[in-house]
Amino acid sequence: MTSTLDHPTFVAPTSVSSNALRVTFQGVGRSFGGREVLHDVDLEVTPGEVVAILGPSGCGKSTLLRSVSGLDQPSAGQVLIDGTAVNGLDTRCAVAFQEPRLLPWKSVTNNVSLGLPAGTDRTTGAARIAELLELVELDAYSDLRPREISGGMAQRVSLARALARRPGVLLLDEPFGALDALTRLKMQDLLLDIHSAYPTTVLLVTHDVDEALQLADRIVVLGRPDGATAATVTQLLTVPGSRPRNRNDESLGRMRSSLLASLGVDAHRH
Amino acid sequence: MSADFSLNTKETTPASASGPRIPGSTLGRIGLGALVPLLVLVLWQSATSLGWVTSAQLPSPTSVYSAAVDLIGRGELGTHIGISTQRVLVGFAIGAVLGLGFGALVGLSRLADALLGPTIGAIRAVPSLAWVPLLILWMKIGEDSKITLIAIGAFFPVFTTVYLALRHVDKNLIEAGRAFGLKGIKLLTTIQLPAVVPAIFSGLRLALAQAWLFLVAAELIASSMGLGFLLTDSQNNGRIDRLILAIILLAVIGKATDALVGLAERWAVRRWA
Repeated sequence: MTSTLDHPTFVAPTSVSSNALRVTFQGVGRSFGGREVLHDVDLEVTPGEVVAILGPSGCGKSTLLRSVSGLDQPSAGQVLIDGTAVNGLDTRCAVAFQEPRLLPWKSVTNNVSLGLPAGTDRTTGAARIAELLELVELDAYSDLRPREISGGMAQRVSLARALARRPGVLLLDEPFGALDALTRLKMQDLLLDIHSAYPTTVLLVTHDVDEALQLADRIVVLGRPDGATAATVTQLLTVPGSRPRNRNDESLGRMRSSLLASLGVDAHRH
Repeated sequence: MSADFSLNTKETTPASASGPRIPGSTLGRIGLGALVPLLVLVLWQSATSLGWVTSAQLPSPTSVYSAAVDLIGRGELGTHIGISTQRVLVGFAIGAVLGLGFGALVGLSRLADALLGPTIGAIRAVPSLAWVPLLILWMKIGEDSKITLIAIGAFFPVFTTVYLALRHVDKNLIEAGRAFGLKGIKLLTTIQLPAVVPAIFSGLRLALAQAWLFLVAAELIASSMGLGFLLTDSQNNGRIDRLILAIILLAVIGKATDALVGLAERWAVRRWA
């Protein structure tokens, strides 16, 4: 682990080709047993973009994300990846969940290898896993089991597993939500490093306004318009400045206040 | 930014892998476990030598010991133990394999559950001894009927634990597996089966105990060899020393086989859970 301090800037592996894909939401709606949760979501995510999906809990953020991976099917409309509709589980996506969801009986290395696309040959796979474990700074822990590492480390394994797919779209469902505040900040920086090493399209569900401002190119706010029961896109903001952003930047502060207000929180009290 | 990149901080140190502490060393634990049997032995010896009970009710430990020596001398004890152990192991193996198969089938397939679940549940409700007359009629008094009875006894604990464990595999893990493209047999062998390995071993442990139980049931009723036969034979001949010997042997052998499976179970929990 100490060796990683010696190379402060991460050098993108040469083997990476940019395979980021476009994601298009067309009138996506979802009902559960007659109760409409999402209504008419339209959104275009350009390849390589980082888009944060922000909203109060229970507004359908995760459901929207699951419709991209194919873990859930929309009741109305469709999701397109690179112009083709998602139909069933889509192997162009990779998911990291809020919980690491690692297999407890497998080592860190073998958990990451679960993410390799089917049919990856052994040497390529091993090389890719070694590269990823170095990227998430877990190369020294490759033989440990999930219960022998911390929550933050487990979440990094989960990220590495998702990246092992070389996904065209990386779906992150509140991946840092269960981590302590300090670890969360470090994981956000790590995610930016990952994104510069593997410039894929990233959809990030979060309820953390600061996280969205720090990581995203654009922020989608999901919410229920007055009188509506289902959530839809209520705001679409472009975050100013390029990453990594200064967390104390003034224009971000103003955006933070207005976002918190749109989520029903009085920003002056925070 | 680059300075923040290092995640090498205290909270990322690997968590300690040690479980809850058991007081004392292994040797201490064995000593502690032997305490009660030794106490019983002392009480038993005192009861017989001080004349609290008559030797017709309870023979002394030494006379039980000499009964054992006598039976060993005639070459009978080895035969009894051998045949009983063989019956248990064969019946246990058959029952466990069938229990695994049916447990996996009914646990994984909604259709198989709907089709077979009620029937298997009903068969489980039949008390073990109720099978004996039927099995004897069908298979005569031989090894087949006894092994079948023991297999029935071993089947249900394995079936039930495997079935329930497969039903309760962490849905999040399965979803993660599906999200990474696993399905069907691949999902089963990568996630579902490994997840239930510890449960399988505790099922096997219960099944083995049950197999010994059913062995005695089988041998009490119809046999000419084995520890169960030694029990009835001694009862008929009034050899209470042999009777107690048989009970002690059942306890010791049963505990020994249980300890072996227990070791395997601990290994499985360490490896798979």
